[in-house]
Amino acid sequence: MSEKSEVKKSVTFTREMCFQAIKQSFVKLLPQHQLKNPVMFVVLIGAVICSTIVLHDVGVGAPIGFNLHLTIWLWITILFANFAESLAEGRGKAQADSLRKTRRDVMSRRKRGSDIDVVPSKDLRTGDIVVCEAGETIPLDGDVIEGVASVDESAITGESAPVIRESGGDRCAVTGGTRVVSDRLIIRITSEPGAAFLDRMIAMVEGASRKPTPNEVALGILLVSLTAVFLLAVVTLKGFAIYSERVSGITEGSTANIPMLVALLVCLIPTTIGGLLSAIGISGIDRLIRKNVLATSGKAVEAAGDVDVLLLDKTGTITHGNRQAAQFLPVTGVSEQDLAEAAWLASLADETPEGRSIVLLAQDRFGFQGEVLSAHAKFVPFSAQTRMSGVDISESGQSVRKGAIESIRAEAERRGIHASPELISLGDLVAKQGATPLAVLNHERVLGIIVLKDIVKEGIRERFAHLRKMGIRTVMITGDNPLTAASIAAEAGVDDFVAEATPETKLKRIRMEQAEGHMVGMIGDGTNDAPALAQADIGVAMNTGTQAAREAGNMVDLDSDPTKLIEIVETGKQLLMTRGALTTFSIANDVAKYFAIIPAMFAALYVSGSAKSGPLATLNIMHLQSPQSAILSAVIFNAGIIIVLIPLALRGVKYRPVGATAILWRNLMIYGGGGVIAPFIGIKAIDILLTSLKLA
Amino acid sequence: MLSGELFWICALLLVAILLATICAKWLVWALSFTPKRPGSLISRAFGDYEPMNWKTYLASVLVFGFLGIIILATILMTQGFLPLNPMNLPGVPFDLALNTAVSFVTNTNWQAYSGENTLSYFSQMVGLGTQNFLSAATGIAVMAALARGIANQQERSLGNFWQDLARLTFLFLLPLSIIVAVLLVSQGVIQNLSAYLTATGIDRATQILPMGPAASQIAIKQLGSNGGGFFGVNSAHPFENPTFFSNAIQTIAIILIPMACPLVFGVLSGARRHGRTLFRVMFVMLAVLLGLSLVAEFSGNPSLQSAILEGKEMRFGAGLSVLWSVITTASSNGSVNAMISSLSPLAGGIALLNIMLGEVVFGGVGSGVYGMFLFAVLTVFIAGLMVGRSPEFLGKKIEAAEIKLAVIGVLIPSVLILTFSAFASVSKLGLNSVSHPGAHGLSEILYAFSSAAGNNGSAFGGLNANTKFYNYALAFSMFVGRYGVIAPVIALAGLLSCKRSVPSSAGTFPVSGVLFSTLLVGVVLIVGALTFFPALTLGPVAEHLMMLGK
Repeated sequence: MSEKSEVKKSVTFTREMCFQAIKQSFVKLLPQHQLKNPVMFVVLIGAVICSTIVLHDVGVGAPIGFNLHLTIWLWITILFANFAESLAEGRGKAQADSLRKTRRDVMSRRKRGSDIDVVPSKDLRTGDIVVCEAGETIPLDGDVIEGVASVDESAITGESAPVIRESGGDRCAVTGGTRVVSDRLIIRITSEPGAAFLDRMIAMVEGASRKPTPNEVALGILLVSLTAVFLLAVVTLKGFAIYSERVSGITEGSTANIPMLVALLVCLIPTTIGGLLSAIGISGIDRLIRKNVLATSGKAVEAAGDVDVLLLDKTGTITHGNRQAAQFLPVTGVSEQDLAEAAWLASLADETPEGRSIVLLAQDRFGFQGEVLSAHAKFVPFSAQTRMSGVDISESGQSVRKGAIESIRAEAERRGIHASPELISLGDLVAKQGATPLAVLNHERVLGIIVLKDIVKEGIRERFAHLRKMGIRTVMITGDNPLTAASIAAEAGVDDFVAEATPETKLKRIRMEQAEGHMVGMIGDGTNDAPALAQADIGVAMNTGTQAAREAGNMVDLDSDPTKLIEIVETGKQLLMTRGALTTFSIANDVAKYFAIIPAMFAALYVSGSAKSGPLATLNIMHLQSPQSAILSAVIFNAGIIIVLIPLALRGVKYRPVGATAILWRNLMIYGGGGVIAPFIGIKAIDILLTSLKLA
Repeated sequence: MLSGELFWICALLLVAILLATICAKWLVWALSFTPKRPGSLISRAFGDYEPMNWKTYLASVLVFGFLGIIILATILMTQGFLPLNPMNLPGVPFDLALNTAVSFVTNTNWQAYSGENTLSYFSQMVGLGTQNFLSAATGIAVMAALARGIANQQERSLGNFWQDLARLTFLFLLPLSIIVAVLLVSQGVIQNLSAYLTATGIDRATQILPMGPAASQIAIKQLGSNGGGFFGVNSAHPFENPTFFSNAIQTIAIILIPMACPLVFGVLSGARRHGRTLFRVMFVMLAVLLGLSLVAEFSGNPSLQSAILEGKEMRFGAGLSVLWSVITTASSNGSVNAMISSLSPLAGGIALLNIMLGEVVFGGVGSGVYGMFLFAVLTVFIAGLMVGRSPEFLGKKIEAAEIKLAVIGVLIPSVLILTFSAFASVSKLGLNSVSHPGAHGLSEILYAFSSAAGNNGSAFGGLNANTKFYNYALAFSMFVGRYGVIAPVIALAGLLSCKRSVPSSAGTFPVSGVLFSTLLVGVVLIVGALTFFPALTLGPVAEHLMMLGK
């Protein structure tokens, strides 16, 4: 996983992308773009006012040096914010373009009754039946109603190995734009052209259908209110300045003139977060796509960050999906090796996963050679009547059977050999551990028991521990009996389980959790998961799953990796954290900006006698060179910080599952504390630079 | 000298905390009092009320406020024809009557007049005295409604305003005031209905000694964070505050209910730990502000040798005067035992900042807590974002609507203060009342509007506020500063009340403990400081720096 993301990270910015973004930054200067972002709109108004003043000054021949310099930097502030947004959109567009390539308009063969006509895919409608043969591209999303074929889905998943798609069952869904590699499929189209999965994704990635999430709306209100209150503080400051100028007997308007007030306003309003807000939102969805997860809305991504209960199917998610031999338990008087050998013999020809796992275990433990059974050996396959399988070797007279305990006991009785009562107690013991006992006998006696267990996937325990640290409770859903379920649950380290589950119990469980106020995530693939996926707050469908499941959920994981939810949740959290961190940073910055601009404005007040500057110059704790350089430095810092923080906005603030308090301390120190200190250093540095370059 | 005063300051605060915890239990009992036997007189007074949703509750609060203003203004204007007027004082002019009526109904108790020269005993007792009780009860009732909104699970009822009013007035405020009044009378605070006395002083000049039912009035003025003095100079008057002990009683009375409120809020909202955290946050902020003020006061003016004693009550010393000024501004009380104008510029500035921070460092009775709650909503929102979880507060999700209401409630006082102060500082209407030109004059204007919008009511001194402009502008500020905050608070209570509680998990940001406290203080300071930094710079800060001779 890390390797994959490394590879993808290297394509974060291309020269082309940056170039496009620069172009877009200018296009976005149009007021209709700026109106969408009230914070930056205020900056635009300020820049226009200052530009007018500069033009007026040029007209009357007044000196314009400082005001011109200031005005330029105000425009640059807007351009920088536009650049951030354009860059994020550019990355999205690049993604969308690569997706769009897969969505060529293809000709497809529509089947009507027994007739087949060739139509372009844009003329297909829901319910149409099409035929796709090897080498053809599937025109639109649909369900396979007939046939089995391997399909190359690399266009959307990036996975080069073809996957099997077949009618019926859980692997019937096909995606438009993928290619049939072998055989032939008959597909019922399930989506209109333009409304297919891929189209929705492209729209999402391009930001065309990006609606602000509830959280963005709330944050937007806060930012607008802050902007309004700073606007008020700056406008009323003019009044206080007039009063102070009057009582200290200096010319009116000599301290806080309009360009200075605009500079103060632009520095105070939260331009950092205001300028980066949309970039953060776009990049969230973008990051998910990089993780091969497709979300249907930004809201879903954000909501994922709040998931605190996760329901997952046992089979294929927690366990490998089939039971495997784990242990040989001989009855008294039989050596383990004898039991293993008999079991091995009986399974050599058994092609079921259980049979193969027995062979593997026996060879592993006792090093039996994988010799081919001689011609004399006759394999007895499993049948519903006997509920046993095994082998008869006429040469040695061996006759081995393995099967359910009851069946083997019946067989022993038939053969007239003694079935030790120990078999029953061993069987109970195994069942209690949540495993399945398989008894083995040969022609002489009952040998013992093979323990078949659901093998929990490697590393899954750690993943669940990780989820727990993130504050997410995991609930395993299984059709197994409670005993087996409990044992697997304990082994995998899930917090809770639902045994003997039906689609109804899944739905009920989700509703119950939701009634308690939990945000429920559900991972599923089957058609019978669809109701649960739809009911859950976050439904993640596996790409290998059915169309019904994919439609019901609000995300699709192209890798079909159930533990992907960890990354989805992290991305959701990162989105919120990045917004919070940058808002805090933005506001914390204001402290230093006040200390730069206010003394610069009012140093001339209340000058006593021959002193060079008045008492308020004392507040110039950064010892900035001149009032002009102080104000310019603050404005330049304010603009520059937007550019500096673009990578953070696109990448997101790092999330670690260490509990809310620890995360908050960390972020508060970095973005709150750092937000107070950084501008003091930055503004001072710019001031030194400006003075040494004699720019101010 | 200082260590002695420091001892008394600490002792008073400790006693206040102790009594506040007892008071909190009493208040919780009163607010949840439901009579057992139906049909009895007690049951009719306290029991039989329909539950109200937030709209009805808010409407009741507003109607009650309007009626209060009309009745009080009428009493003041017609006092010449009313009984208990031994000095035959004439009716109060309309602008002053309106200002005073709004002032007392909004729990501000801004006084643009001098009690002994303007108001009859009837006006003082029936008019102002009644509102001292009712405005305090209103504040606590709103806080209780908010607490119920939080505790509720998808319900609409916030309780009944009239029931809360009855419970608070008769089961809590009245009995408590009687206790305090009796204590004050024992210290020599006057309580009579006599005409003013004429006496001859040692300089053989004749002086008039105003009389009146002061003790009963003072008890509720201090307890209910009202602060409106019986006499013009408020508790610096020897008849209002004769002894060291009476000063101690009043100091405790000022802070008693405001200190109890966060604890009561915690109990009623089902979040005791959060309530205690709010208490600690407020207390620590109070202690820091007090410390800063003391340092500013005792480091003194370099041009003088000792602490600045001008304008302070020598009977209590500068230390206890500073304690009073800090708690009275912090608690939105507004009574004074020294002239704030005479405090050192920084101590005056801190008093001013105290009000500007939104009257949440204990704040007014009830209003301090609901004001702080609005800040807490913003805090939780930011914190929620920073930990990567949709923000929730005491189990309730904080979304756009909640943020909108919280922001409105937090910013309304700031808008009033800045807009009116800026107007007053450039307009003749405002400037004519300023007695000290220079930075101090700006502090006077800022203080007046901060005091009004924050429903504090203390005066900086120096500003002649009894002009038509100031009477109307301040009345408007007081009214909007009060109900402009109450309305979003009750709406917020209604919103939260209808929400389902979300259980907390490892990812939930805890709203108690050091981290939350730190963040909350940070938000209060940042919002307050960033809004008012420029204004404060040109007022008290400039004045302070000039005093240092820089």
